[in-house]
Amino acid sequence: MARLTINGETRDIEVDPETPLLWVLREQAGLTGTKFGCGIAQCGACTVHIDGVATRSCAMPVSAIAQDQQIVTIEGLSEDGSHPVQQAWLALDVPQCGYCQAGMIMAAAALLNSTPKPNDDDISAEITNICRCGTYNRVRAAIKLAAETASASQKG
Amino acid sequence: MTVAIFSRRKFLIGTAAAAGGLSLGFHVPFAAQAQERSAIQPEVNAWVLIRPDDTVVIRIARSEMGQGTLTGLAQLAAEELDCDWSKVTTEYPTPGDSLRRNRIWGSFATGGSRGIRESHEYVRQGGAAAREMLVAAAATLWKVPANECSAANSVITHASSGRTVTYGAVASLAAQMPPPTNVRLKNPKDWKIAGKPLPRLDTPDKLTGKQVYGVDLKLPGMLNAAIKACPVFGGKVASFDAAAASGMPGVRKIVQVDETAVAVVADTWWQAHSALNALPIVWDEGPNTNVTSETIASMLREGLDAEDAVVGTAIGDARAALADSAKVVTATYSFPYQAHATMEPMNATARYTTDKCEVWVPTQNGEASLVAAAEASGLPIEQCEVNKLHLGGGFGRRGAYQEYVRQAVRLAKEFPGTPVKLIWSREEDMLHGAYHPVTQCRFSAALDASGTVAALHMRISGQSILWPLRAEVRETGRDPAVFQGLRDGGTEDAFGYTIPNLLIDHAMRNPPVPPGFWRGVNLNQNALYVECFIDELAHEAGTDPLDFRRKLLVNHPKHLAVLEAVAERVGWEKPPGNGIHRGLAQIMGFGSYVAAAAEVSVTDGQLKIHRIVAATDPGHIVNPAQAERQVEGSFVYGLSACLFGECTISGGRVEQENFDTYEVMRMDQMPAVETILMPSGDFWGGVGEPTIAVAGPAVLNAVFAATGKRIRQLPLKNNNLGV
Repeated sequence: MARLTINGETRDIEVDPETPLLWVLREQAGLTGTKFGCGIAQCGACTVHIDGVATRSCAMPVSAIAQDQQIVTIEGLSEDGSHPVQQAWLALDVPQCGYCQAGMIMAAAALLNSTPKPNDDDISAEITNICRCGTYNRVRAAIKLAAETASASQKG
Repeated sequence: MTVAIFSRRKFLIGTAAAAGGLSLGFHVPFAAQAQERSAIQPEVNAWVLIRPDDTVVIRIARSEMGQGTLTGLAQLAAEELDCDWSKVTTEYPTPGDSLRRNRIWGSFATGGSRGIRESHEYVRQGGAAAREMLVAAAATLWKVPANECSAANSVITHASSGRTVTYGAVASLAAQMPPPTNVRLKNPKDWKIAGKPLPRLDTPDKLTGKQVYGVDLKLPGMLNAAIKACPVFGGKVASFDAAAASGMPGVRKIVQVDETAVAVVADTWWQAHSALNALPIVWDEGPNTNVTSETIASMLREGLDAEDAVVGTAIGDARAALADSAKVVTATYSFPYQAHATMEPMNATARYTTDKCEVWVPTQNGEASLVAAAEASGLPIEQCEVNKLHLGGGFGRRGAYQEYVRQAVRLAKEFPGTPVKLIWSREEDMLHGAYHPVTQCRFSAALDASGTVAALHMRISGQSILWPLRAEVRETGRDPAVFQGLRDGGTEDAFGYTIPNLLIDHAMRNPPVPPGFWRGVNLNQNALYVECFIDELAHEAGTDPLDFRRKLLVNHPKHLAVLEAVAERVGWEKPPGNGIHRGLAQIMGFGSYVAAAAEVSVTDGQLKIHRIVAATDPGHIVNPAQAERQVEGSFVYGLSACLFGECTISGGRVEQENFDTYEVMRMDQMPAVETILMPSGDFWGGVGEPTIAVAGPAVLNAVFAATGKRIRQLPLKNNNLGV
């Protein structure tokens, strides 16, 4: 049994505590937006936020997560795709196959939380997710666009 | 029944070959639509459904795997339909429906950069035919001649009476109209929807987690399976101790799937995966345990000198000219195995009953998946169906080989009526690929006193992708796909350089590692070999590499035009910035002309790729924004292979099992890419693959400019250069 707070909702989930968070999200919580890519925290397709920090959920057992820690998945980033990162992604039509993009978006949103105006080096250092279609340059541009729109809306 | 038209076997071969990008001829039976038309009311014809609320549903048979084909084909149909683009959605027809309707949607195969270039005509005709039927319906309603009515933006207008009606209002009546036997297609210069950089139709769901990929499918009562096949190629299951894992949580059954693989079926995938890892399996590793990368390299080296070789291109007498030449330049190159490494691992879901087999699968070839379902279920193909799901990457892995479908069906047969979803682990995916084949290449060139290439012999030794797929290749030892980009003329992939004595031949050597179509296919290494060696010859002749190519490309203006375009944009005639060095490459492949210029620096043994300029002439461009993304993405795929990509073999198996050892390009290594789209009209070339082939050689030629070191053995990381 695990008690987890996912997208603002506390859930009791019947599961082996060693199960990685990724599979609890996908199979018990029914949140399949978070993707399985490698299982060893290499590719970032499984990135979610735990207390606002980008975390690769495929190699993190749910036993390591306290019930008051806030887990946010792509489904919970915004109710309607209105998060500045999602909006920037839409404006620049970033995804190709799209499989890695939920992880990319979650990683980008966490980066902007900690570094509202990231420079190229910040982006290169923090966004280490793998994309095989080749969206990297548009991901970079969308992060910068999201940073601008977020700061503009704060000023406004 | 339509299936009787072609035998199962013929169909299998046809779809397998088509998946890899070979032409599969078929006739799209437009005139037959009247008899074949479905009873679904809002269906105007097979391509177009229009609902009463004016929503337009365009059916797309090719698969969307990121390349934008779904949006591009919809643009083409919508253009001819003259509909309101904001009301357009798409759906996949099923391969089973297509069979029942005399293959009305043509080929489902999505490979060889053929998604648009091979279906644009009948998809446009489908849209145009629907428009004419809608207009005819309105004319019938108004009792006026159809030629007095016009259509635009989903509205039909009778100008003289001022009457208008929307498509949705006449769609049912239109479906009753006789389909036109001939339709006139628009001139591309009049396009309003096609040819425009419209946003993709499938983006919004990819930003919120809503998009359902194969791994995400949920069906009522569904079980989940994990699988392990013998990691050694050609090995089998000897035994396994089911009792050791059958009591683990959630486990329903432990199944030997076929000779080579064992699977655990459980309530959840994580339970299945955990039990499989705890399951002791003894492998009979078979005859290949002594195979290593070195034994394979040695097998290929022998082919470089073999007497016996299949000739691809022969002009003049290269051997005699080389024998007579005062100066012969030689070089040997090699290109290693590559894994596709799609982000979504292989998977399929199946539900079997004694009279029906249904499969849900992300596939590049729905018809090949259908054949696999029929074979594995043992049911007639008419009783099988495939539901295509979005692909988390394809790159050629999800076409010709459909073993995950067969495995899922075999597992589903153990649980009649219950759907079973099989997902491969990343390790399974890496160990059981259909790998980019391995080749070596030896060049011998005769340079005369004026620095002209008087003769060139290019000997390729290595693996054939078509050998496992086609009997005639096995019988003759001739694989035409090996000569991609090296052909003497033609509209697909003509060799651009005019050399009076030219011999290109292939000694087929097939190691026991399964080959497959890998985005870019054989154009990748052929372009790398040729473009690096041409660069070598230019330096040998003391000529600027651009001038050297200009002279050789004099008879191929389209090859030259893309090269000139990148040279101009990169500023070839001006010296680069401090510490920056440049390289060039060009090739024709998949019906398109492509070129790249790279700017790199090498500082303290560390390579940095600063900037890429790429040009492509695919004849026509249906969506320039998507074409740009394909060109950009090509550098990620091509440079991942060039810099790091390598599956090494030891003990008859692949050594890399995950992204920790199979490195791919990440954000920090990605150069800026400037794309020049220069469609010259009159032909239809592919976009998704050709540019990959120039990514590697442009960078390698720039590395030579920077270091004076010619890298001939890939990947680059094995050459004492930090990447």
